[in-house]
Amino acid sequence: MRRRWTSVSAAALGAVLVASGCGGGGGGGDQVEVFSWWTGGGEEAGLNALIERFEEDNSGIEFVNAAVAGGSGTNAQAVLEGRLQSQDPPDSFQGHAGAELLDYIEAGYLQPLDDFYDEQGLREALPDQLVEQISYDGSVYSVPVNIHRSNVMWFNPSVLEEAGVEEPPQTLDELIEALEAVEAETDAIPMAVGAQWTVDHLLESVLLGSLGPDGYNALWEPGADWDTPEVAAALEDFEAVMEHTQEESAAEDWQEAAQRVPEGEAAFNIMGDWAAGYFDELGKTAGEDYDWAPSPGTEGTYMWLSDSFTLPVGAPNEEAARTWLELVGSKEGQDAFNPLKGSIPARSDADPQAYADSPYLSAALEEWQAGPELAGSFWHGVTVDNRWKNDIDTAVGLYLQDEDLDGLQAALHQAAQAE
Amino acid sequence: MSTAEPAAGGAAPAAPSPAPRRRARRGAGRAAAWLPGLLLVSPSIVLIAVFVYGMIGWNTALALSDKHAPIDEGSFVGAENLIALWQEARWPAAVANAVVFTVFFVGGALLLGWLLGLLLEKGIAGEPVLRTLFLAPMAVSFIATGVVWRWLMNPAPAERATGLNALFVHLGLDFLVNDWWTAPNLGMAAMALPAVWQLSGYIMALFLAGFRGVPEELREAARVDGCSEWQVYRHVVMPQLRPVTLTAVIILGHMSLKVFDLIIAIAGKQIVADVPAVYMWTMVFDVRDPAKGAAIATYLLLAVAVFVVPYLVWTVRKERSEGR
Repeated sequence: MRRRWTSVSAAALGAVLVASGCGGGGGGGDQVEVFSWWTGGGEEAGLNALIERFEEDNSGIEFVNAAVAGGSGTNAQAVLEGRLQSQDPPDSFQGHAGAELLDYIEAGYLQPLDDFYDEQGLREALPDQLVEQISYDGSVYSVPVNIHRSNVMWFNPSVLEEAGVEEPPQTLDELIEALEAVEAETDAIPMAVGAQWTVDHLLESVLLGSLGPDGYNALWEPGADWDTPEVAAALEDFEAVMEHTQEESAAEDWQEAAQRVPEGEAAFNIMGDWAAGYFDELGKTAGEDYDWAPSPGTEGTYMWLSDSFTLPVGAPNEEAARTWLELVGSKEGQDAFNPLKGSIPARSDADPQAYADSPYLSAALEEWQAGPELAGSFWHGVTVDNRWKNDIDTAVGLYLQDEDLDGLQAALHQAAQAE
Repeated sequence: MSTAEPAAGGAAPAAPSPAPRRRARRGAGRAAAWLPGLLLVSPSIVLIAVFVYGMIGWNTALALSDKHAPIDEGSFVGAENLIALWQEARWPAAVANAVVFTVFFVGGALLLGWLLGLLLEKGIAGEPVLRTLFLAPMAVSFIATGVVWRWLMNPAPAERATGLNALFVHLGLDFLVNDWWTAPNLGMAAMALPAVWQLSGYIMALFLAGFRGVPEELREAARVDGCSEWQVYRHVVMPQLRPVTLTAVIILGHMSLKVFDLIIAIAGKQIVADVPAVYMWTMVFDVRDPAKGAAIATYLLLAVAVFVVPYLVWTVRKERSEGR
């Protein structure tokens, strides 16, 4: 009996050692471990297309897909934090390009990629303003693989017709008029929103629409002044829009809120362009069941967010990781990934043919390649770090309870000063 | 437990002083008596010392430091974090939510559990079946309960109603259509409904055992003295149930203060249903502020201690008075 226990525990110990050995990575340059939260739907399909491509081109390197499911990245970020702190980084990990990576950069977890950008000609391939907006102290730390747009207004053409709204509204004033018309003339919800974070999302579109790209971008300098009449006016527009939202919004996530538009239950919804992929999944037809326009007042500006890949300090297989980043930054890689993910490539030289199947994507790509003005999405981690973002979220959540607009402005101002 | 030690120590001098050699052998014999026991429990003592008390100590040290990012060194700043929480808008609101939730959850589950227990005790037909039915929700996790009740408690108004609101509309009870957990102020009372649903069966089982533990002779005696059935319960049975009630309050109370999964499943991370545990999660895993997260954890521990410590004191005192 005792001997059996000894052998069992020896086997268990051996298994633990093997497992920890694997966790440390091979380090022989024969594998690359890539960490992401792409585990389902189009995201997973896009990642798999990249992996397939990578393995084809680099038959000597084994690809280890370390994706962590759940919580649109929050679970993955908790796991990643632990690995970075215990100095066991993956070879490359996914993160939203921009200030969301600041915590990692300041902690010294990431290598600057300036040389890599020069080598790969990424400074020419990516829009200048994009490179500028993802730089921190003059250096870039990640390679953006895609671009999503945050400032999209989805609307239902037949509900608009019923309400007597002929053209999709182009300014916030027109939007508020249209919302009033929908309220008066139809049974539909004028503006569908969902849980608290979708209100944050709406807020950034209203701020951009009211302040314009320069005014909006200036809000995200640490210590920026939010205590201005311009911000007050923008928040009044925000309040006017919020008056026409459905009362049960807190109980809905973005999917439930957004699908009210093609279902004919709501006239408008402001949500990122991932909604187009969702509507396709539901079998809705663009131009018929739903249509889109830039959110009012933001014509010509692309409020962007982007998934990007990084090179951690102490990556066990740095050479292989650079090979991975090369693919991620390349035209071929981005054109393989993005049609499946439902986003457009960050490079401006993508092949439009690859996106011809999706009416939304081909229109979006055309606009992106025409060189629009760029503004970073705060809610999706481009312009603010996690603390600032959370402060804004809390301020918006408290506003939804007490509806105190001055209190909201004061809290937003204070959040900017805290940086 | 701790009462056993002085009793054993006190017994030694009282014994007639034996010959030295015998005493040594008896010492060895005594070691043989307690050593295996100690060896048996020592792994759990060590584990608890490290992973419970050690972690509490670490958490407290964090809460008293200014380690506001994982990379900060963090130096001692006293109670700064603990005080700062009360000066913001979110924390007092989260505490108020937790208090409303606790009052309705503990009150509701106690009342309903007691009532169900009483009904079963009075010998309702089909008791075993009902007992199982009422206990069944205990087998469901708060997450699963939350997902179902999120749908049941959909706050849509009458024209778009689903869930319970749709049922009310269907039955012509439109005045009952309400905002459920999305209502400001008392929304957390609605949030307590799923928790009451889930736990009242368990409380019923506790009370049922309590009722059954009251000897029939006592009730007989009261009846002979002319008590009505209500008076029997009011003056004879209920006082005997005090320990059961206290146990129930402690179990429900500490669950209620720590509530996290139910809130996340129903409301997600929204201020309308913010509670300290959700706030703590946000601070630790979203904002990555160890000191602030630890400060909230410290308050949570203190709040639970308010329930648990009096219970421990009471138990120890009772054991002592019973001479155990």
